[in-house]
Amino acid sequence: MKPVVLLTDGFVFALLVAGLAYVLHVRGRPQLAANWRLTLRRPAAAVSALILAAFLAVAVADSLHWRVALPAASAGQPAWSPETRSALDAVLGPLAVTRERTYSSPLAYQGFRKESFERNGTPVRDYPRLKFGGAHLKDPSTQWGDDVQNLAWRGVGWGALAWAVLALLSWVALSLRRQRAFGRALTDLVLGRTRYPVRSVLLAAAVLAVSVGLVASLSSGYHVFGTDRVGASVLVAALKSVRTALVIGALTTLVVLPLALALGVAAGYFRGWVDEVIQYIYTLLASIPDVLLIAAAVLLLQVKIDSNPTLFETSLERADARLFFLCLILGVTSFTGLCRLVRGETMKLRELEYIQAAQAFGVPAARILVRHILPNIVPIVLITTVMQFSAFVLAEAVLSYVGVGVDPKTASFGVMINTARLELSATPVIWWTLAAAFSFMFLIVLSANLFADAVRDAFDPRTRLRS
Amino acid sequence: MLAYLSRRIAYGLLVLIGINLVTFLLFFQVNTPDDMARLQLGGKRVTPDAISKWKAERGYDRALYFNADAQGVAKVTDTVFFDSSARMFAFDFGPADSGRDITSEIRRRAWPSLALALPVFIVGLGVSISLALGLAFFRGTYLDFWGSVICVAMMSISSLFFIVAGQFVFARLLQLVPVSGFDAGADAWRFLLLPVAISIVARLGGETRFNRTLFLEEINKDYVRTARSKGLSEPAVLFGHVLRNALIPILSSSVAVIPLLFMGSLITESFFSIPGLGSYLIEAIAAQDFAVVRAMVFIGSGLYIVGLILTDLSYSWADPRIRLQ
Repeated sequence: MKPVVLLTDGFVFALLVAGLAYVLHVRGRPQLAANWRLTLRRPAAAVSALILAAFLAVAVADSLHWRVALPAASAGQPAWSPETRSALDAVLGPLAVTRERTYSSPLAYQGFRKESFERNGTPVRDYPRLKFGGAHLKDPSTQWGDDVQNLAWRGVGWGALAWAVLALLSWVALSLRRQRAFGRALTDLVLGRTRYPVRSVLLAAAVLAVSVGLVASLSSGYHVFGTDRVGASVLVAALKSVRTALVIGALTTLVVLPLALALGVAAGYFRGWVDEVIQYIYTLLASIPDVLLIAAAVLLLQVKIDSNPTLFETSLERADARLFFLCLILGVTSFTGLCRLVRGETMKLRELEYIQAAQAFGVPAARILVRHILPNIVPIVLITTVMQFSAFVLAEAVLSYVGVGVDPKTASFGVMINTARLELSATPVIWWTLAAAFSFMFLIVLSANLFADAVRDAFDPRTRLRS
Repeated sequence: MLAYLSRRIAYGLLVLIGINLVTFLLFFQVNTPDDMARLQLGGKRVTPDAISKWKAERGYDRALYFNADAQGVAKVTDTVFFDSSARMFAFDFGPADSGRDITSEIRRRAWPSLALALPVFIVGLGVSISLALGLAFFRGTYLDFWGSVICVAMMSISSLFFIVAGQFVFARLLQLVPVSGFDAGADAWRFLLLPVAISIVARLGGETRFNRTLFLEEINKDYVRTARSKGLSEPAVLFGHVLRNALIPILSSSVAVIPLLFMGSLITESFFSIPGLGSYLIEAIAAQDFAVVRAMVFIGSGLYIVGLILTDLSYSWADPRIRLQ
């Protein structure tokens, strides 16, 4: 087994480390910590954080990549399989590998369309049995209903059990933390009289645990969300798209931040020709319609990749490079708004007395920027970035539809929607691919939006006073 | 005022020149004419003869920036860069890589785009402002709360979903309108009804919420308290005072969008096969037609700059305290 760190994998882990570092940073600063506590005290935000954390776990599992050694390799020079697998693939097991022939509806045991094949030596025209879905059933027409019910109940049971353990733990933790008797702690919990919205989070966790248990249990024998045109499981495609969506949202933010901060602060603080040049650059970039600039850049990249086929070892690496590049270019096109905001804010701060005092003391400009100006623009930067996250996730779908998004081989919501958009006109309607893609996307974007709202309300002094 | 305007226009031209340089760098330096020829002629088994013929047809066989063989001024003017840039500023975009004339194509396709985008813009603005005003009127009540919740939910739904679902329900299931297509004559409204409605709904959540915050910000100002304390009814305060003042930022931010309406809406046009500029661009991207993409970048940027200038003008027109100098 040979570990593979794709370009975006590296950034996923770097982001995780940066996130941890930020948590430590916040712990040392009571003012900042108070703002975050205010954010998490809102039930909607706490529930969204839970759901985002679940998606994040999926994304991280899908970021641990490796290549398996081929058995035929000679002893000195091991050969690696061209196929890169991830931890998520390993968890999904046969679900990620088995391919049906073509479409099959959710929880089906037979194909979606009639086919001609041989049964017991005679050619027939009937719905073929699926390779994976319901393959363990001997006589599906009679066993299918009971089997699905059994699996469903088992899944619900496991989910409920996991949730019960979690609820018990939080109950104990609550009573230990607040030095209350178990009975009192329970009534506090049930009546929602806790500092953080533990009740709401536990309710959401219950829904999450039961649905994960249900899907996992049913997935042992069926394709829960059906299969797509090439017979791949829609559930797997949706789960793998989560990573792409989160990478696009997070990595693009990572590109936007330093660009907008450095240029905006420099323009607002130094004024003069620096300001002129930076303003010119961002007016220029803002003038070019985003889609066009992205389209132009991605087309160029595609031409480069096509003319240098030896640049990447595996097709996954190639697709990943395109994803990375898309984040870069998306960041470059969308940093202008934040840059303008930072510039304006810096111009305001620059005129304040404490900055003038620092200047009078002869503090060097770089130190003033880092110590006195940067900390004061962090709130608006934070608000803007969390608000942008969901916009990037939505943009990916649109760009992939236009054909300038991620590589068609990358699993992403945009690619799923694009390949499935003609399926609604089929009779009978093939709805499951679109339904899965849209509902996963909705869940991610909605949680991101709700979380962003809470962050804004907690960090923006104007709204904080009002609420 | 006139001095300000001319300065802004000059700055706009400067930006356009920069954009031209950037797109030229992107399309000719990073991606050489040889690459383009190979792409258009298809595959890797293209003879060098065919490539030089393709380049000669389009005048791409000259030097890119500086022609050392030419005489005098022609050293600079007889280059791909100067030639294509000069023609672009004269709105002559030449033939597409596929052969058709870009300028006439754009002229033909601008109208369907506008027929789609203009109603979306006007009706959408009206609907979102009225809804936002309604939410602001009922602020703090359950109506406001659930309205805001619905707005956030609608913001979280991909615009692709509205298009796919709308097309499926209204065109395929109920068969109220044609699924897709376009008709240049008076019959066009049948084809436009659904895309217009869907585009409005897709943007409604975000816009309503944004306008609502603007209204709420305005409601907390001193003059509103004065108006209330002199005994005006809540509707009179809202419609007579708040609406008019909150409209300034709303309308001014909308003005910037007006010129871009010509550019059409990429996704909607391609889903409903409306032969506008948006679908033109998508086709060009799919065919990797760089000449068309570059021309559209140029036009789009020019329109954006016009929009910025219009925004400034509308600010000073709506708010006499702002003087342009």
